[in-house]
Amino acid sequence: MQMEQLYQEIILDHHRSPHHAGLRDPFDTEVHHVNPTCGDEITLRVALGDVEPGSGSAGSVVVTDISYEGMGCSISQASTSVMTDLLIGRTVTEALGILDEFTAMATSRGTISGDEEVLGDGIAFAGVSKYPARVKCALLGWMAFKDATAQTVSRPNDVVTQTGGSAS
Amino acid sequence: MTSLVAGPGHTDTGSPAFNSEAIRADFPILERTVRGGKPLVYLDSGATSQRPVPVIDAEQEFLTTHLSAVHRGAHQLAEEATDFYESARLRISRFIGAPSAEELVFTKNATEAINLVAYSFGNATYSDEPEAARFRLGPGDEIVVTEMEHHANLVPWQELCRRTGATLRWFGLTDDFRLDLSNISELINSRTRVVAFTHQSNVLGTVNPVAEIVEAARKVGALTVLDACQSVPHAPVDLAELGVDFAAFSGHKMLGPSGVGGLYGRYELLSQMPPFLTGGSMIEQVFIDHSTYAAPPARFEAGVPMTSQAVGLGAAVDYLNDLGMPVVAAHEAELTGYALQQLSSLDGIRLIGPSENVDRGGAVSFVVDGVHAHDVGQILDNEGVAVRVGHHCAWPLHRRYGIAATVRASFAVYNTVSEVDVLVDAVQSAQKFFGGRG
Repeated sequence: MQMEQLYQEIILDHHRSPHHAGLRDPFDTEVHHVNPTCGDEITLRVALGDVEPGSGSAGSVVVTDISYEGMGCSISQASTSVMTDLLIGRTVTEALGILDEFTAMATSRGTISGDEEVLGDGIAFAGVSKYPARVKCALLGWMAFKDATAQTVSRPNDVVTQTGGSAS
Repeated sequence: MTSLVAGPGHTDTGSPAFNSEAIRADFPILERTVRGGKPLVYLDSGATSQRPVPVIDAEQEFLTTHLSAVHRGAHQLAEEATDFYESARLRISRFIGAPSAEELVFTKNATEAINLVAYSFGNATYSDEPEAARFRLGPGDEIVVTEMEHHANLVPWQELCRRTGATLRWFGLTDDFRLDLSNISELINSRTRVVAFTHQSNVLGTVNPVAEIVEAARKVGALTVLDACQSVPHAPVDLAELGVDFAAFSGHKMLGPSGVGGLYGRYELLSQMPPFLTGGSMIEQVFIDHSTYAAPPARFEAGVPMTSQAVGLGAAVDYLNDLGMPVVAAHEAELTGYALQQLSSLDGIRLIGPSENVDRGGAVSFVVDGVHAHDVGQILDNEGVAVRVGHHCAWPLHRRYGIAATVRASFAVYNTVSEVDVLVDAVQSAQKFFGGRG
């Protein structure tokens, strides 16, 4: 495989100028994830908000912000940046659906090229799946988002306490 | 494969006996290509070394002719297998400078060897046997490690401190990548019970002053535990002469099989230490409510041990002895010196380890400005160059120098100067790839 296929311009661009970088308030949950094999780490915050205040179901909860800080390789940094573009503004249900598709592509050993309609710039990471040692890099930010979101939605009343919605 | 060294007459070490091509021919894996036809340039021997044909053959011969459980059974195969196993122990013990074969315990790797010591000390803490007293630890006692330790020689001591209430202390590192010994007399004091340190850093390549540390430890009656994983495979090592109380090493880093390693311990200590793992083989007598234990090394080899791996490791030390460890060390020193010189001449490369080829071994770690180690490794891999990237199980060391990850090239006797050139070219490719686009 040519390295240009693995490190597509879109990846290098996001690596050089990551979107939505930095830690911001308000947020519901902050998590710290590491890749123990290489030492890369990320601190990621998720803020969720209700589309219809009080409706309470995950389908109506929106990802209002994802902010992050970390150190890592170009793949992990760019993947997190792309993720924030894709998931901010989506409902939690939609976001987790996109996450599932991204995960399936990244772990497919090159058999799934990814649906651009769903993954947008994320399909640039299809090449990563051919390098098993790099899959964890591509998923570092995504797994942090999944964890932070799961913690938020499983916590009673939390969604509304920091994001300004009314009590459910 | 195409010769990677100059023709006849060229000697990498200046020794007429050294024949790089003949050595490489003993390692069939070096002939393979990777990533679309690139010749393999294997510079990851610090993680796992490749195995020569005599090691592979020794394992195969044992498996096809003599395989049986050792130290049990009344049949011919059991006798033969036991002889092979014990012969390997004898040859390996001589190789590391152990005064007797009984001072070498087979373990599955160095990590297990260090844990064996740490858990034995922990068990001594809860033992009422009088001879266990010298190993007991408690609040007020101190265990000293260093900031350059591999996790295998750090985490077991953290855990032992947690279990016993002892305090963990450590040597810091200097800006020029050496142990900071300026506070040695304060650090190793009357409360110190154990000093665990590496002979040669797996990241920096730094070779530590064993004699000075051992002397300080002896003065206060502390026991010394040496991580010899990165020294024993690459240079002549005489553990008795070094004077350490315990030392650990791994087979797979010294041209031998994985699944076998060794713990050296002075017999006097091994014979007083309580066991770590218990069960079959390690007992003297067993009653329904209590047991007594065999003499070392059997006391520390519970269950049916690895056999073909031990036999293979015996063949590996024979192979290294045939080459001659001074010759191996000289060759690797030449490669290290050349790599240091070539890498330092590049802009945007920072060596993480002594740049002078003195008191250092063949682990050459570096960072490339603006490019994460994982990304450098990917480009190197694409050029056929196998290196390790990350923190190399030495996270505190990386924190000390404010870096998340390094690229590490590590050498063995089968590497060549030309391979260092391939590495240096590939590093430049990585700089170009990530610096020159967009």
